Amino acid sequence: MIKFNDVSKAYNSHCALDSVTLAIGKGEFVSIVGQSGAGKSTLLKLLIAEERPTTGTIFLNDEDITALPHNELPFLRRKIGTIFQDFKLLPHKTASENVAFAMEVVGREKKEIQEDVMSILELVGLEQKAKQFPHELSGGEQQRVAIARALVHQPDIIIADEPTGNLDPLSTWDIIRLLMKIHELGTTIILATHDREIINTLSKRVISLDRGKVVRDEQNGRYIL
Amino acid sequence: MFTTAQRVIKHGFQHVWRNTWLSAATILVMVLALSMVLGLLLLSVLTEAVIVNLENKVDVSAYFVSGTPEEEIQSIRNELAARSDVRSVVYVSENEALERFRERHKEDPIVAQVLEELGENPLEASLNIKAKDPEQFAAIVRSLESEQYASIMSKVNFYENQSVITALTSVTSAIRKIGFFLSAVLSVIAVLVSFNTIHMAIYTLREEVGIMKLVGATNWFVRGPFLAAGAFYGLAASVVTIALFYPFVTLVGPYVGGFFPGADLLAYYQVNFFLLWLIVFVIGVALGVIGSFVAIRKYLKI
Repeated sequence: MIKFNDVSKAYNSHCALDSVTLAIGKGEFVSIVGQSGAGKSTLLKLLIAEERPTTGTIFLNDEDITALPHNELPFLRRKIGTIFQDFKLLPHKTASENVAFAMEVVGREKKEIQEDVMSILELVGLEQKAKQFPHELSGGEQQRVAIARALVHQPDIIIADEPTGNLDPLSTWDIIRLLMKIHELGTTIILATHDREIINTLSKRVISLDRGKVVRDEQNGRYIL
Repeated sequence: MFTTAQRVIKHGFQHVWRNTWLSAATILVMVLALSMVLGLLLLSVLTEAVIVNLENKVDVSAYFVSGTPEEEIQSIRNELAARSDVRSVVYVSENEALERFRERHKEDPIVAQVLEELGENPLEASLNIKAKDPEQFAAIVRSLESEQYASIMSKVNFYENQSVITALTSVTSAIRKIGFFLSAVLSVIAVLVSFNTIHMAIYTLREEVGIMKLVGATNWFVRGPFLAAGAFYGLAASVVTIALFYPFVTLVGPYVGGFFPGADLLAYYQVNFFLLWLIVFVIGVALGVIGSFVAIRKYLKI
């Protein structure tokens, strides 16, 4: 489903990713681990074309996304749900408006949006807080809104870049359980983290990065650096 | 398409409404900029009124030898009136001239007495000529001095007035040039200030633009609400500006009328209220929309 062919990314002279080649199949739950600066975020940014690789190609469902023109990027991003460490919610929109925005962008009907937004907020356990603004929610709640937004147009892939980085332990496990639930429903999940406990508990495929290179790729992997 | 347009406008209004302070500050700065524009506009109307008033005062009179038949003078009048550089020609007969002279000196018994003793009308018939542009008097006067009129023409008072007319012409053209230059400079400042304010407003919201793009919004879906908000700022600023100027003009108008003869600012404002509003509205909306369009461009490149 996702293929990186000899992908490198350099920022000026600094090499963030170095000849990465890997494949991720449909329905997998893959964790990307590594120290800060190992290239995890870069890898994910390349996947949603927020950044373009310096060399190499990236295929998503047999489509070369490195060759996509700028005006087609929105359509790529609608196929992928993205979750960020800093939540990236729109601060002047309520929880339900934030989720609805992702559907309005696609041009879905108003009635459909209302129904789906409420049911997705129920799924993440925030139906009571639909009318609250991000600054009125806790970190864990904000991240659940972000997950709801990523899920709402039923993407094939969810990308989560350090989603628990800003959260307390309790919220962290809420988020991880939610991601596992989504995975069980058939969605491919790519999770970047440097949280040892999460990786060891998940016991799924683990890709370890170090200084931009893939140094380990194991099924039922553990956090070893 | 319709749903998208509807959503863009909805998001635009939400954006204005929920960023209350940012919106208020942006509108305020645009009110200042539009006030500058409207102020300049009214000032140019005033100076134009003054110039026209001054130019109207400038005339040249051609006097005819006593006893010249009225038909002859009238035919010259018609010839002059047909010229493209002549604004008006008025015939003043000998009797009318006397009448006016009497009227002007009715307080002075000596004048009346002198006239009584003279027994006959010492004044000559004349044509009072106004040019469209005072610079054209020389050419008009030259045509009156041709051979064919030599026997009936007594005198043309152009040469006595020439220096005054030339001075006035240079003053009015200087006023026009300075006014134009001043307007141009201040308009550029107004535009730059508005653009900069909109730039700052969008700069503070740049992260939201990025988020929208990452969620899969097209450039137009992100840009639309900002353009709608920009248009709304322009509309709001134009309404506030035109409303603020009303009491200002009412208050200042009478004083201005004293300084600038022939200019009734309040009446002008009332008569042209809608047109003036339309001008600041169009400028305001254009500033808001173009400013937003330019400012947001850089943040859409995600």
